Amino acid sequence: MRPETLHTQAPPFELDTFLEGVWKENPVFVQVLGMCPVLAVSNSVVNSLSMGGATVFVLVMSSAVVSLVRHWVPNQVRIATYIVIIASFVTVTAYLLEAISLDIYNALGAYLPLIVVNCIILGRAEAYASKHPVLPSIVSATGTGLGFILAIFTMGAVREVLGSGSFLGVSLFGPHYEPMTVFILPGGGFFVLGALLLAISWFKERNKRGQA
Amino acid sequence: MSDHMHMHASPSAGPPSSSVAMIRTLVVVSAVSGLLIVLVFQWTLPAIKANHARALQAAVFEVLPGVSRVETFRLQDDGTLAHLAGEDERALKVYAGYTDAGKLVGVAIPAQGQGYQDVIKVIYGYDPAKQAIVGMKVLESKETPGLGDKIGKDPEFLGNFDTLDVALAGDGLRNAIQVVKHGAKQQPWQIDAITGATISSKAIGRLLGESTRAWLPIVQRNRTALEAKETR
Repeated sequence: MRPETLHTQAPPFELDTFLEGVWKENPVFVQVLGMCPVLAVSNSVVNSLSMGGATVFVLVMSSAVVSLVRHWVPNQVRIATYIVIIASFVTVTAYLLEAISLDIYNALGAYLPLIVVNCIILGRAEAYASKHPVLPSIVSATGTGLGFILAIFTMGAVREVLGSGSFLGVSLFGPHYEPMTVFILPGGGFFVLGALLLAISWFKERNKRGQA
Repeated sequence: MSDHMHMHASPSAGPPSSSVAMIRTLVVVSAVSGLLIVLVFQWTLPAIKANHARALQAAVFEVLPGVSRVETFRLQDDGTLAHLAGEDERALKVYAGYTDAGKLVGVAIPAQGQGYQDVIKVIYGYDPAKQAIVGMKVLESKETPGLGDKIGKDPEFLGNFDTLDVALAGDGLRNAIQVVKHGAKQQPWQIDAITGATISSKAIGRLLGESTRAWLPIVQRNRTALEAKETR
């Protein structure tokens, strides 16, 4: 009866579970999920990494707990249960961040509590953690999380270098460089995301042709 | 009798989906979540309070040059300022700064007003002897990055507040604070706007005008209370 018996034959987890989330099923570049934080707080590298870190912490912790309680959660109330678990970890993360650095906490602003509705997290809980043991769930969540950090960091790096002429707050081109402000404005986020998605699908297409 | 009841109960008593199991799951999960949140809240509270106090302290030091000690005062219903030793979240507060030698430098006053995008929160230093604003720092703003947010960064704009005349006459300012086009500043009560950020510059002028009209008479009336905290 228990779904676990189906998996006892398989190894505890595979490298694929991990790598899938990072690249092949990248939550941002391939699944195009979690767009709200990716567009809104990727205007600098520091903001991107803070948002990435906070999201991954919530993702991994809630995946672990969802997997841990999966046998006791009746199907009818599973979404409600997952949301309570995710919301609790988001609240905890917000307090921790406010205690660690007020600057980062203020920079993330309203987007910190909005991690609750990041569909990457509920997606992992519903599609993976609720059906798999704890260890593979953590591995899968970490892989997906790294994929999210990779995406939001790339966005942040491109936008900060072009839009502010700096990287991690360190000026790159000297004081006389006039940065292209549009890249740190919301519109610039859409440009960069579009360009990255285009570049990645072009790259994949080329690889496919190369193999054929 | 008992057999009969048993037969009726059995079809709906499948363990995974009974009503009791649903409620039990939600209650237990919510209770554990609540406990976790309260524990973390209590654990991080001292650090969070210290962070906020440090940020405010740093802002007061920035807008009142030469300050080494800060005392908090709250506005009472009768319009007098009273020293506040503990904390009071709801009180209207100002922060008096004193030099190393214990002399009153001035008062840091928080102010806020509508900006281009959202409310702008600032804190400014007022020197009651000079009758001038001697510093201004933006605490919170969502002004357009690269344009309006220069109100918090542009050194030339912030230079306006090194000495901005806000002398009192009667119950108001002798000369109202004016925001003028960039480079047109001629009077000590005028603010040179930032090119390309006129709306945000004007918002600062307006919120300082409103705040000074309300607060400066109070500060001047209560100078003895503020000077009572000087150390000799």
